[in-house]
Amino acid sequence: MSDIQAAAKSLNKSVYEDNLKKNIEERMELQGKSPKLATLEEAIRRSGLKDGMTISFHHHFRGGDKVVNLVVAKLAEMGFKNLHLAASSLSDVHAPLIEHIKNGVITRISTSGLRGELAREISMGLMEEPVIFRSHGGRGAAIAKGDLHIDVAFLGASSCDPLGNACGYSRSENAKSICGSLGYALPDAQYADKVVILTDDLVPYPNTPNSISERDVDFVVEVDSVGDSSKIASGAIRDTKNPRDILLAQQAAKVIINSGYFKDGFSIQTGSGGASLAAVKFIRESMIEKGIKASFALGGITAHMVKLHEEGLIERLIDVQSFDKVAAESIKTDPMHKEVSSCEYASADEPGSAVHYLDIVILSALEADVNFNVNVLVGSDGIIRGAIGGHPDTAADSALSIIVCPLLRGRIPCIVDEVTTLITPGSSVDVIVTEYGIAVNPRRPELAERLKEAGLKVVDIKSLRDKALSIIGTPAALPFGDKTVGIVMNRDGSVLDVIKNIDDKK
Amino acid sequence: MMFVPGNNPGMMADAHIYGPDSIMLDLEDSVTMAEKDTARLLVHNALKSIDYGDTEMVVRINPLNTPYGKKDIEAVVKAGVDVIRMPKTETAEEVIEVEREIERVEKEIGCLGRTKIMAAIESTLGIVNAYAIATASPRMMGIALGAEDYCANLKAQRTKGGEELRLARETIVVAARAAGIDALDTVFSNLNDMETFRNEVEYIKSLGFDGKSIINPRQIEVVNEIFTPKEKEIEKARAIVAAIMEAEKKGSGVIALNGKMIDRPVVIRAQRTIQMAIASGVLSPDEA
Repeated sequence: MSDIQAAAKSLNKSVYEDNLKKNIEERMELQGKSPKLATLEEAIRRSGLKDGMTISFHHHFRGGDKVVNLVVAKLAEMGFKNLHLAASSLSDVHAPLIEHIKNGVITRISTSGLRGELAREISMGLMEEPVIFRSHGGRGAAIAKGDLHIDVAFLGASSCDPLGNACGYSRSENAKSICGSLGYALPDAQYADKVVILTDDLVPYPNTPNSISERDVDFVVEVDSVGDSSKIASGAIRDTKNPRDILLAQQAAKVIINSGYFKDGFSIQTGSGGASLAAVKFIRESMIEKGIKASFALGGITAHMVKLHEEGLIERLIDVQSFDKVAAESIKTDPMHKEVSSCEYASADEPGSAVHYLDIVILSALEADVNFNVNVLVGSDGIIRGAIGGHPDTAADSALSIIVCPLLRGRIPCIVDEVTTLITPGSSVDVIVTEYGIAVNPRRPELAERLKEAGLKVVDIKSLRDKALSIIGTPAALPFGDKTVGIVMNRDGSVLDVIKNIDDKK
Repeated sequence: MMFVPGNNPGMMADAHIYGPDSIMLDLEDSVTMAEKDTARLLVHNALKSIDYGDTEMVVRINPLNTPYGKKDIEAVVKAGVDVIRMPKTETAEEVIEVEREIERVEKEIGCLGRTKIMAAIESTLGIVNAYAIATASPRMMGIALGAEDYCANLKAQRTKGGEELRLARETIVVAARAAGIDALDTVFSNLNDMETFRNEVEYIKSLGFDGKSIINPRQIEVVNEIFTPKEKEIEKARAIVAAIMEAEKKGSGVIALNGKMIDRPVVIRAQRTIQMAIASGVLSPDEA
């Protein structure tokens, strides 16, 4: 035995044999033969997907998404049954799922939200199994700890190379469907057993910097279109002209400015609604006037936030979802504009998730009640018409959560005795801003004091409820049936509330 | 004074949350013939059931020579309106006629003298008769310019600078001052041109107007900002009033403050600044 053989034996390894057949093919040619490239049907077959398993999707293409319908139609065609569809969210565009539910292809759904015809049908009792609703942070945490196990993730990407390096934007001239951050897809890519990327812009290797790494990707499928770009993201900053939104925004901005948290280095998150965006405008003016800069803006990033960042008023942008083309373009080019996964964004389990270091968040509501509980999921008619999003995550972990909510929407009161469905517990809500006054949670007396001193109209939340009732009267009780159509999970994995079916014969 | 169409319940329900000094619910130009009765009923119910707080409530009625005018007066006086605004007023007789109708309804419900009148002047004849209109009734609390109809009648074009309205505006202010009532300027309808709006508000304030008619809550802030006395103005006014009170104690009518003579007109202007500051909420009555 030679010394080399002895060394190999001692390490339980073999001895080197020179059998290298060097591949001298041009690499541009070679990558076209990547073993990961497949048709959708091949990818599904080779993924090992079986009846009863869990498939997942992200919702970064919003109302323009084509991936969910495309994949589920193919699964139906291939004869799959009894699948669990776990999407980060679903919207109006996913109405074709109704047929697949009726045909038994999809029997369970997990999501952050439901809208449109699909939401209506499910509210009326379409499914036998209740839909599981989770917040964005709650979904990330559930995937990470195995509560939500994904067998095969089907993730749309705006660009991808043949090895699976994928992004929500593209550096090629063929860019079709740009969404920016892929934050909600990142836990799926990391934890799913198999990952299939669908893209309409297959670009040469290496598609770097990448959002999803080739190391997490098993198959790459080129398709005609992953999304309708006109419905994915709006082009430019749109300022609301709705006077009520402007009034609410002014009040919310005044709350922030006088809250005690408006200091150099503060951090902030706002939504994409008219009032939230308008509030950013007022906060900006005050930041310039007082010489205050923010350390970071978090969450769904909008053109407004990008503008403040580029003006030097916000140092960094932490982006789990880009709300418009300006934000999508910025995340591509600006290293201080960072993409994060939903876990890094808002997981309750991760001490480093960004929400823990968030000072201020402005949120909206469908309803809020006298105990400061908030509902953003179920309409006043009992029909599901919204999404939990990061609402409970940011409300719970921020230092100051502000809910902007009109007292009335048409003939519907929005400050009520008890919310139809509990989504964000009142213990995490600090301030509710309405056009008739500002209610501060009694748990925050120091905050109420500060706002009063600043001359803001601080009122008892019960007086807001009374005001709404005096204008509109008491609405009739909703015709809920006995069937549970939805379960709302708290972000820690406990059950928060259930949604019953609406019985229109009642 | 914010204009709100009388046939839009949504707008009527929350018009006051934006903080206008007064709200004018309109039964005239913004309501089509087919909706006159509906709007009258809606306005009546809005006045009776919505808590508008301290906001002064005004209703613009249809002229008495239409089939709607008298019904409008009856409905809104019974609902407790603060002010009736007459459109297209040309003569003192028209005011007297409206006053007679108001009195009839007020007597019927037992609240004689409650309702005030404001007249919009929207024609050349109206401008010529401005003082007569302003003094036609003790109920008169103000006159206002309606520029669109006035300009059509004048055969002039509207311009950004508003030169064509100069005589009408000055006439309205002079007539109102002579009658001891308020002068209100016309609306500015291009909501996207806030700069010209701001210039116009500054201009009409310099002419002596008491306020501006507006058509959207977005215009309120600009008007309030321009009409609210600045801190320095308030300080100066308080110093003047304090000095004159001190002088009166000593029995002297004319005094000097910081080397400048303070006489009666200066004191009146100072008192008016303080009143405006209190009305705008930047000065509490106790401080004054």
